[in-house]
Amino acid sequence: MKVSFELNGKATSVDVVPDTPLLWVLRDVLDMKGTKYGCGVSQCGACTVHVGGVATRSCQVKASDAQGAKITTIEGLSPNGVHAVQRAWEELDVPQCGYCQAGQIMSAVALLAKTPKPTDADIDAAMDRNICRCATYTRIRQAIHRAAALTAADGSPPGRAGSPAGLR
Amino acid sequence: MDTKQLVNRRQFLGVTAVAGGGILLSTYLEPLGAAEALAPKAIDFAPNAYIRITPDGVVTIIAKNPEVGQGVKTMLPMLIAEELDVDWKNVRVEQGDLDTDKYQAQTAGGSTATPINWLPMRRVGAAGRAMLVMAAAQTWSVPESECETSLGTVTHRGSGRKLTYGELTAKAATLTAPALENIPLKDPKNFKIIGQRVPGVDNHSIVTGKPLFGIDVTLPGMLYATFVKSPVFGAQVASANLDDILKEPGVRRAFTVQGGSDLMGLLGGVAIVADTWWAAVSARKKLNVKWADHPTSAQSSASFEQQSLALSKQAPQRSLRKDGDVDAALKAPGVKVVSAAYYYPFISHSPLEPQNATAHFKDGKLEIWVPSQLPANGRALVSKTLGIPEKDITIHLTRMGGGFGRRLYNDYMVEAAWIAKEIGVPVKLLWMREDDVQHDFYRPAGWHYLTGAVDAQGKLLAWRNHFVSFGEGERFAPSAALGAGEFPARFIPNLAIDASVMPLGVPTGALRAPGSNGIAFATQTFIDELALAAGKDPAQFRLDLLSNAPIVDPPPASGQQPILFDGQRMRGVVELVVEKSGWGKTQLPKGTGMGIAFHFSHRGYFAEVVQATVSKAGILKVDKVWVAGDVGSQIINPSNAENQVHGAVLDGMAEALSQEITIEGGRTTQTNFNNFRLLRMRQAPPIEVHWKLSDIAPTGIGEPALPPLPPALCGAIFAATGKRIRSLPISKHDLKWT
Repeated sequence: MKVSFELNGKATSVDVVPDTPLLWVLRDVLDMKGTKYGCGVSQCGACTVHVGGVATRSCQVKASDAQGAKITTIEGLSPNGVHAVQRAWEELDVPQCGYCQAGQIMSAVALLAKTPKPTDADIDAAMDRNICRCATYTRIRQAIHRAAALTAADGSPPGRAGSPAGLR
Repeated sequence: MDTKQLVNRRQFLGVTAVAGGGILLSTYLEPLGAAEALAPKAIDFAPNAYIRITPDGVVTIIAKNPEVGQGVKTMLPMLIAEELDVDWKNVRVEQGDLDTDKYQAQTAGGSTATPINWLPMRRVGAAGRAMLVMAAAQTWSVPESECETSLGTVTHRGSGRKLTYGELTAKAATLTAPALENIPLKDPKNFKIIGQRVPGVDNHSIVTGKPLFGIDVTLPGMLYATFVKSPVFGAQVASANLDDILKEPGVRRAFTVQGGSDLMGLLGGVAIVADTWWAAVSARKKLNVKWADHPTSAQSSASFEQQSLALSKQAPQRSLRKDGDVDAALKAPGVKVVSAAYYYPFISHSPLEPQNATAHFKDGKLEIWVPSQLPANGRALVSKTLGIPEKDITIHLTRMGGGFGRRLYNDYMVEAAWIAKEIGVPVKLLWMREDDVQHDFYRPAGWHYLTGAVDAQGKLLAWRNHFVSFGEGERFAPSAALGAGEFPARFIPNLAIDASVMPLGVPTGALRAPGSNGIAFATQTFIDELALAAGKDPAQFRLDLLSNAPIVDPPPASGQQPILFDGQRMRGVVELVVEKSGWGKTQLPKGTGMGIAFHFSHRGYFAEVVQATVSKAGILKVDKVWVAGDVGSQIINPSNAENQVHGAVLDGMAEALSQEITIEGGRTTQTNFNNFRLLRMRQAPPIEVHWKLSDIAPTGIGEPALPPLPPALCGAIFAATGKRIRSLPISKHDLKWT
């Protein structure tokens, strides 16, 4: 079936089997490899994207349910990777293997959009559905605090994808 | 360790001019060989690296080793760039393909990249620098001694004339390379790159979602495959409804693969190849396979436990080590004897990127893109299994989404190769998560039946370990061995290490800090029990033990000394972690306790203190972890080193808390992360990392911080609750207290 949605600000249409998860539409149909497959059962969060601004496990969204949705992936978070969260991740050298980090970043951006100055407890709660097998959790926590500070310093609304937030 | 063995290998430097006027440097090293007797044989320790400087001043450094998250793609180029004396900002790092003629060993495992490459890679950089100085000196007709370098520029001190490296490449390419052995290296106090917090070279690509990993590889006209193997390891396909599968949407091919009986090779199964991966796995849901009977279909965790108990009551099958007279010491007047049985389960590696490989077979040749820790072994396996000469197999190394030892084994590579050869078009094989959990090379379970005795003064007098493991005859199953020199050997006058094994039909292999990740739990927790019997503080009891003059073993029959545990270096990190954690000085409320443990592995010395709180209802929370490590004279990249320690500590915590693979009916009962639990952020405590620098050349950091964590955590639980954890995972224990 034909499914149309807005992907990273652009109108996009695909012709897929209706039960194809959004994850595989992104990866294998649209060749956008930033969103990762880890478990397929909503346990690891490697496939996290924003659907209508909400952090969502794309392995659980059927293509047919994405009709008309506004979807943001790691590739669409900012031009040239200058979102405050991406900058903080680089500044604190968060990644080890790096495989989960796109999903972590998408969850962190969604958190900061709602809670611009999160506490450790806020972070733990918001990030609970993202596994980092290398266990970079200590740095992810630091980087979210740092991104909050960068966003505040930028003086623009926190962490909204596609907004000027996080631009240098 | 004996650094001389690393230093004295003969080295050769080759120089070639390359297109565009650059120069190319490479090293050729003889294998490290004997010094690595303790390391897995599969790893070949013969490093190599090269540099390319182009006339525009850009320095390209090839990262030869596979990157699995250990930071080696950043670290090895740092060593070269330091001695080459270039600005790190001008360095471009490229991943090398598998080319063992050019690069020698290309491996990720055993925390070996640092000790093996510390001097050779620096010498490569220094030789490059020397040639650029020579080129400048000849250009100016001045002595080389009047020239100096900084940030990719040669300066003549007297005249102030300058030439950039980019301007010197053509001239330098005509010069003869100096002998590497005599090349002067920088005084560490002049390091500009080594010792800096250098971020990972792929970080920007990672945070912007660029395709880097094996799973991200896409080829024109590529199809997608799923491969279904028997849940009973190694069983063959008896029959399958392939005709039904071929009718499923998008399916192009469905066929049976006749595998062998070697659990590390190609196993039997059904391949489904489709236009998309989703089509392949959707068709797989309709697959109905009848698997042939297999001799291991009755094995189970319960039967292993029963066999272990039976073996523990019999005379051990063999002795691994015997010092003094344990029997006499146990009967000595006034001694206190303690006996306990320790157990740790099978566990899975579960790297987050599922196993995958992309392959294309054309005109008798294979091209493979693969995330592999030992790609040369994979090439050999593919060659042997498919009957294709190694020279006709090209392997591209991708970044790996974690490995932890799982990708030392190349089963997924040979599966992809087989399917590619069968279909003749490019294909990406991608495992489902369930395939990975159910078809791992698991960390083997192990049992330690321990007896120890302390004398009236609280001194550890005797130690016996009847280690029950898997294997046949004198052979342990992969990664299921206990080394005869493992601590506390050499530090106790009366000691016996015995072993018995039972057969196993479950694939096992190296998991981060292999062997050590279980042995340290049993050994160090039992030391806590002996400290208690001795009436001593667990930290002081350890320091006393480490102060014993170690037994000097006769040279082994091979004539090659193993890397020996140095009690003084371990004392150093124990003292440091005691100081930093406030051990014994902090008043803790009831229900909160500290535990301490140490372990030596991969040449690294680590001591850790865990503070944990257990609620009366039995809910465990790890409050904080302090780490002290001695990995030699220099922390090459402090940012990565701390990150690795954090990861190793939390990895050890995850293993101890809740990880277990159980076998029933010959198969793994766990399937995915809902029943094989990985650590989550809310469980991650603050971690303090402290380094004790020693006068030894730097050693590896990927693994040795893991093993002390489980016993230190169990010590903390005991201090908090009085409950001794003698089997893992901790989640199976009732920690309630009143």
